[in-house]
Amino acid sequence: MILETLIGFTFVAALAVFLSPDEYAGQLAFGLSLLPVVGSLYMWSQFDATGNALVEGGSLAFATQIDWLTVGGYTLQWFVGLDGISLPLIVLSTVLTSLAILSAWTPIDVRQSQFYGLMLFMEANLIGVFSALDFFVWFVFWEAVLVPMYFLIGVWGGPRREYAAIKFFVYTNVASLIMFIGFMALVFNLPVDSFGLPAIAGALRAGELGGFLGLAPDALATVAFAAMFFGFAVKVPVVPVHTWLPDAHVEAPTPASVMLAGVLLKMGTYALLRFNFTMMPDVAQQLAVPIAAIAVLSVIYGAMLALAQQDLKRIVAYSSVSSMGYVILGLVAYTEFGIGGATFQMVAHGLISGLMFMAVGVIYNVTHTRMLGDMSGMADRMPITTGILIAGAFGYMGLPLMAGFAAEFFIFQGSFTSTVLPAAPLFTAAAMFGIVIVAGYLLWAIQRTLFGEFSVETDYEVTRAQFHDTAPLAVLLLCTIALGVAPEVFFGMITDAVVPLLGGGA
Amino acid sequence: MATLLWGLGALAPALLLALTGLLVLLINAVYPTEDRPTLLAVVSTVGSLASLVAAGALLTGVGGVLSGPEDSVTLYADALVVDGMSLFFSAVFASVTALVVVASYDYLAENPHRAEFYSLTLFAATGMALMASANSLAVAFVALELSSLPSYALVSFLKGNRGSVEAGLKYFLIGALSSAVFVFGISLVYAATGSLLLPAVASGLTEAGAGLAGVAGIGILMVAGGFAFKTASVPFHFWAPEAYEGAPAPVSAFLSSASKAAGFALLFRVFVVGFPLPGADVVASIDWVLLFQILAVATMTLGNFAAATQENVKRMLAYSSIGHAGYALIGLAAWTTADGGAVMGAAMAHLLVYGFMNTGAFLFIALVEHWEVGRTFEDYAGLGARAPMASVAMSVFMFSLAGLPPFGGFFSKYFLFAAAVGAGYWWLAAVGAINSALSLFYYSRVVKALWFDEATTDFELGATPTALYAAVLFAAVATLLLLPGFGPVIETAQAAAAALAP
Repeated sequence: MILETLIGFTFVAALAVFLSPDEYAGQLAFGLSLLPVVGSLYMWSQFDATGNALVEGGSLAFATQIDWLTVGGYTLQWFVGLDGISLPLIVLSTVLTSLAILSAWTPIDVRQSQFYGLMLFMEANLIGVFSALDFFVWFVFWEAVLVPMYFLIGVWGGPRREYAAIKFFVYTNVASLIMFIGFMALVFNLPVDSFGLPAIAGALRAGELGGFLGLAPDALATVAFAAMFFGFAVKVPVVPVHTWLPDAHVEAPTPASVMLAGVLLKMGTYALLRFNFTMMPDVAQQLAVPIAAIAVLSVIYGAMLALAQQDLKRIVAYSSVSSMGYVILGLVAYTEFGIGGATFQMVAHGLISGLMFMAVGVIYNVTHTRMLGDMSGMADRMPITTGILIAGAFGYMGLPLMAGFAAEFFIFQGSFTSTVLPAAPLFTAAAMFGIVIVAGYLLWAIQRTLFGEFSVETDYEVTRAQFHDTAPLAVLLLCTIALGVAPEVFFGMITDAVVPLLGGGA
Repeated sequence: MATLLWGLGALAPALLLALTGLLVLLINAVYPTEDRPTLLAVVSTVGSLASLVAAGALLTGVGGVLSGPEDSVTLYADALVVDGMSLFFSAVFASVTALVVVASYDYLAENPHRAEFYSLTLFAATGMALMASANSLAVAFVALELSSLPSYALVSFLKGNRGSVEAGLKYFLIGALSSAVFVFGISLVYAATGSLLLPAVASGLTEAGAGLAGVAGIGILMVAGGFAFKTASVPFHFWAPEAYEGAPAPVSAFLSSASKAAGFALLFRVFVVGFPLPGADVVASIDWVLLFQILAVATMTLGNFAAATQENVKRMLAYSSIGHAGYALIGLAAWTTADGGAVMGAAMAHLLVYGFMNTGAFLFIALVEHWEVGRTFEDYAGLGARAPMASVAMSVFMFSLAGLPPFGGFFSKYFLFAAAVGAGYWWLAAVGAINSALSLFYYSRVVKALWFDEATTDFELGATPTALYAAVLFAAVATLLLLPGFGPVIETAQAAAAALAP
């Protein structure tokens, strides 16, 4: 029952914070958010799952499966549980939420109780997304994440917040609808009587799909795969459906950006892995070349866009597009290291992008500008923050002994040796070229803002950041290094959950 | 004697409402000059809650009358029938009545005619409960009028307000016209079949009535017109925006939720039981499934498009309520005898969820009217900061009405559309889903106004009216709790609908 306790506690905490007075909301929210962190770390320490949650033979940790209702011959269940893929993402969600709440103390100065209440509400739903194993339960959590993010951007965001919030909402909601229809088309033509993901995955992997409306099973599978891929790709996002992301990121307040880049984008890749690549490996293999092309395009084009930006936050935002491109490449490689590395990259990118957004946010708090041209020599005035920002940038570039390096290494290792992806070395080499651009724009941006003679073109006095601003940065940096030095803390359980997938593909 | 008591026990949900209405009148007669607002409100609330408890007890078999959906009780020479469906709808009416009565306590604070308000509301609810139980076209007509006549008075209850009086007049004129059409339709059906009892009407259509097939067909069409009025469906929907906008907001909540559900309760029973579809043994009938397909598509599309163009929140909700009538019509539009009531049960479940979320939304408007803030989207700007919990509740209602997943409205819409697909009418579900997606546009405008927009004027809200506030919050909690508790709801509704099918 620990998962239910965790989700339920976080919902109650969200309500308590929402109703609390503004003066204490930040402290209260941070204090309450530590409990889910402890809970997720406890689950990690007690974790005993083997195999993959959706593949036969896997055993789940902390699983609950209770019949909920039966409609039209289908049983809906409260069905949650963890395997090696979901646990690291839950740990990431809880840790990042706490740190994001801490980083909100300085920039959020209006309607605090509502802000922190929404953050905790989002956390509860994120835990739900990564643990739910019944499609309906999962979909409810999946959509419920949108609502707090819509408000976080729309109420506390920058000057164009309404536009960004509505664009975010419309893009992701339409994508969810298309994905929903695609998934339903599969379920209604399968000989299953529940929406349990393991049952559906098992039937699909066993090739029990029937035809529909004159479509042959193969064609139906391809159409459904495409609909679901599109739905999740918007969330990830990949080029060319990425345009909501920079708007949302630039307008969102820093803590919301941290959650958006750190966890919400991972919902897309997690769902791609769970649904598309786990349930329909055959179709994924047929479409391997176009998917890999999209992945490489996202890596290169995202990095090129980042190179062209003048706004520090936009640079970090676009860099997410290219980092998530690596994840897609790892998934489509369909090897132990490819999928394992992709999952590892979800966690690593969550930490590093969270770190970068927070660091940019801390600088913005004191300078009130994010434009490259408006500041230089920040290292003189904010040595700790700039140090951490540089370290984070190195992590992004894939410096060894940082989490980003381990993740990218696994992915390239996996995709280079892929047997299902034609011309795998070629795609891998093209994607690796992205690293060069990443290094280019990050170093260039750092050089222009952090080094040189100090000058800031605003009316604000530039002073050091407060302790509670830099503390979350330090924690994230430590986590990034820890995962880079000892990737095994997560990679072992990830591969344990990935390996069973590989047997079923054609 | 025992049989009579047995029957009265089965009618308890309706009788409790009627007795409470009489009790309210009695209290007013004993204390004609003294104003006793709390006593009246408490009596009315307790009465409607007792009706809810009675309906729930009978429905789950606790009272011993109904142990399953197949054990229906017929009374008064089969003119009334108490079965799972009538009890299900009685529960909806009783819950909405309780919410409205509680909320009216503050809304009528300055009004000297509270006793009249409460008794009219309770009598209208009695009529609705009888509509759900009507097994004869005569009872259907009487029950329909019993619920309509108090409604006319309720709409124009604010005598000094031109809008309220005008709305009441429009509602009354169209209502009278529709009643005339309805009763004339009944007379034609009677002429063709020789009976007013629904099962007898059905058998009349199957055997002898071949010579009068045309008469029966016109009669059925006219009966459908009468229902279109009561459910605010196209083409008899014109009164709804006017009446809902002009009426006191709690009355709008009552009309758009309970009264509409009552129309559907009667509509479902009359058509499914009374008018069998054309088939091997039916010679004189019309294909009303086609009729309701046209009505459903026209109603939901027109309601949603009209709602999208409104500047006034109350009017927007009125048009969106027409849109929801279109969704509920899918219950008949996708009706096939083979699917065991899945579609109709899903429509009933949607009406239950709708009862809470729509009542809540109108009660929020009542709250805002109480604060004298205004009715347009601009007037709602900045309310989120001033009344956070009520605004959260309103956001829940809006997202739930739009059918977003975390809320009850998502499930009821999903099951409705899925059932339509299951019945083979996937295009009907597609039209519904597209309309539903469109509705997100105008529902989210309210949410945007509440939370995103800054208030244009610096206004202060008055004191929070406790009862009204509690009713809004309760409706929001119910909308949320319907999600985990949806299993029993949909199962009961589908079992009740399946029991109706021949």
